[in-house]
Amino acid sequence: METFAALAHGMAVAVQPMNLLYALIGVFLGTAVGVLPGIGPALTVALLLPVTYKLDPGGSLIMFAGIYYGGMYGGSTTAILINTPGESASMATALEGNKMAKAGRGGPALATSAIGSFVAGTIATIGMAFLAPWLVDFAVRFGPEDYFALMCVAFVTVSATFGNSPIRGLTSLFIGLTLGLIGIDKLTGQARLAFGMPELLDGVEVTTLAVGLFAVGEALYVASRRHHAEEKIEPVRGSLWMTKQDWMRSWKPWLRGTMFGFPIGALPAGGAEIPTFLSYSTEKRLSKHPEEFGKGAIEGVAGPEAANNASAAGTLVPLLTLGLPTSATAAMMLAGFQQYGLNPGPLLFAERPDLVWGLIASLFIANVMLLVLNLPLVGLWVRLLAIPQPWLYAGILVFATMGTIAAKPSVVELSMLAAFGVLGFLMRRFDFPIAPVVVGLILGPIAESQLRRALAISLGDPIVLLQSPMSATLLGIALIALVAPFVLKGLGRFRASED
Amino acid sequence: MTDSASSDLAQPPASRRIDPAGLVIAAALAVLAAVLVWDASRLSSTSMYGMGPEAMPVVVAVGLGILAIANLIDALRGNLPPRESADPKPVLLILGGLALLIAIIGLGGGFILATSALFVTTSAAFGRRAILADLVIALVMTTLIYLAFDRLLTLSLPAGPLERLL
Repeated sequence: METFAALAHGMAVAVQPMNLLYALIGVFLGTAVGVLPGIGPALTVALLLPVTYKLDPGGSLIMFAGIYYGGMYGGSTTAILINTPGESASMATALEGNKMAKAGRGGPALATSAIGSFVAGTIATIGMAFLAPWLVDFAVRFGPEDYFALMCVAFVTVSATFGNSPIRGLTSLFIGLTLGLIGIDKLTGQARLAFGMPELLDGVEVTTLAVGLFAVGEALYVASRRHHAEEKIEPVRGSLWMTKQDWMRSWKPWLRGTMFGFPIGALPAGGAEIPTFLSYSTEKRLSKHPEEFGKGAIEGVAGPEAANNASAAGTLVPLLTLGLPTSATAAMMLAGFQQYGLNPGPLLFAERPDLVWGLIASLFIANVMLLVLNLPLVGLWVRLLAIPQPWLYAGILVFATMGTIAAKPSVVELSMLAAFGVLGFLMRRFDFPIAPVVVGLILGPIAESQLRRALAISLGDPIVLLQSPMSATLLGIALIALVAPFVLKGLGRFRASED
Repeated sequence: MTDSASSDLAQPPASRRIDPAGLVIAAALAVLAAVLVWDASRLSSTSMYGMGPEAMPVVVAVGLGILAIANLIDALRGNLPPRESADPKPVLLILGGLALLIAIIGLGGGFILATSALFVTTSAAFGRRAILADLVIALVMTTLIYLAFDRLLTLSLPAGPLERLL
């Protein structure tokens, strides 16, 4: 019952007129930016961070909630209408959704994705509201060694367990960990990897890294292979509304997608890719119209979209309760918290309940706004998709550099942005995953300080990591998650040959 | 071995020749590991118990070293994923635009000129040839962005000759 009181309190914060306005602006900007081809939710949040620089923390987090959900929804619109999913989580949506759009059923595809996202987002946010206090109670008993072990699990699952190649994933992670070492060591005040440059003493900004890797890297990559293929926008023809049959075929996939998405998103396993594909294959198996799959089956849009949104809400559970980002988008949200000196975790629940519960309540509101805004505005989003590619990417780069210029207008910072852009380009070209770099940069320093605290308490005895049952279990899980992909290499082969 | 043979049938046969790019990646990781160790060796360990500031860089360096070897093995086996040809010209054009932007900001040319330069070069990299028209679009757009963010949201964006006229 405590949850209801807290949630009601959060609702009271969220429905203040200014906060409603922030949520509205967030949803609108998030969708508008997320709709642009090649921009996933992580980049949407990173690009829009400067807009929130001058707001108070409460308003800014509420705007984030809107941007986050808006960016997710925008991504699926792009996937349906031009078959270029901005992120791997929209890949399953693109499979059937784009076929539906080609067959003149783009309207119902967008509608089932919007309503499915709403249903899944609402259920998952309720799940989060109930799960979070319970996890917080659990997490306050965590010692530094338990946190360190938990971060090891996140490192391994984000980089090695679910990717195409554990070696390339781990390489990305270690590049991120290396970047995380740059700057002044907080315990002893010594500069590491600064090479005598005062600009490096503060360390690498997460936003500079993310915008460089995602925006600049993507622009360079698309430019380098422009000679290959042009993408085509499917016009939205026919009725926007779903028929009775569409509803009948959609509601069960929505619920099943939510059931896949929320738990998997809430585990520190990272990414919405797994639940969306699980949902896709389940719907394919259960469908009464299996012959339509591959030609535009509405179940194949409804299920994965619900799974995608539910897992997005799920990743907020470890982020808010443990301060543990398990996806690039969650890492950007954490960066948003950190710009106000706030560290998500059990303490934040105790110290700033207005902020945390206001954010959770705003997620409900953002969800409703998305539903109300997006179907009527679909014409506007389609027009955004039609911006010619040269202007689109030129505009993306202007906004990308603007964020850095506004935060730190120095030659060193901008050169780092450009260098991260080149890194992002090379990683895309050689098929290294990007998200582990961002997670490594943001979690590496936290993991290090937890480990050092644990060892300082134990007077330098590393056995402390195995003495706590929690930490020993988590380290065991991390080890299994690290070794499993090498043992089960057949699994990767199976996946590769399926598509 | 049977299972790898059957999956090879399902896909186009992967190239089993050594990929020089893989060797470069492995070498770069090894160099990075060496830099970490060199940097860590300059740190003085001041903490009485537990880890000093040099421990974590060494751990990361060991990880990078192992990954350098793993990437080397991947490259020698020809396990790098296939990639399509890339056109270096637009990439260099965009990087030139970024260099121009950094130079203009560094020399105090201001936000509008700097981002306009980046806009025009990027647009040209994506195949636009109407440079003058793009320049006008860029100047108008970045001026509006400057006004919106600098005046409305009171973010301080660097001012140059153009910004002072506003």
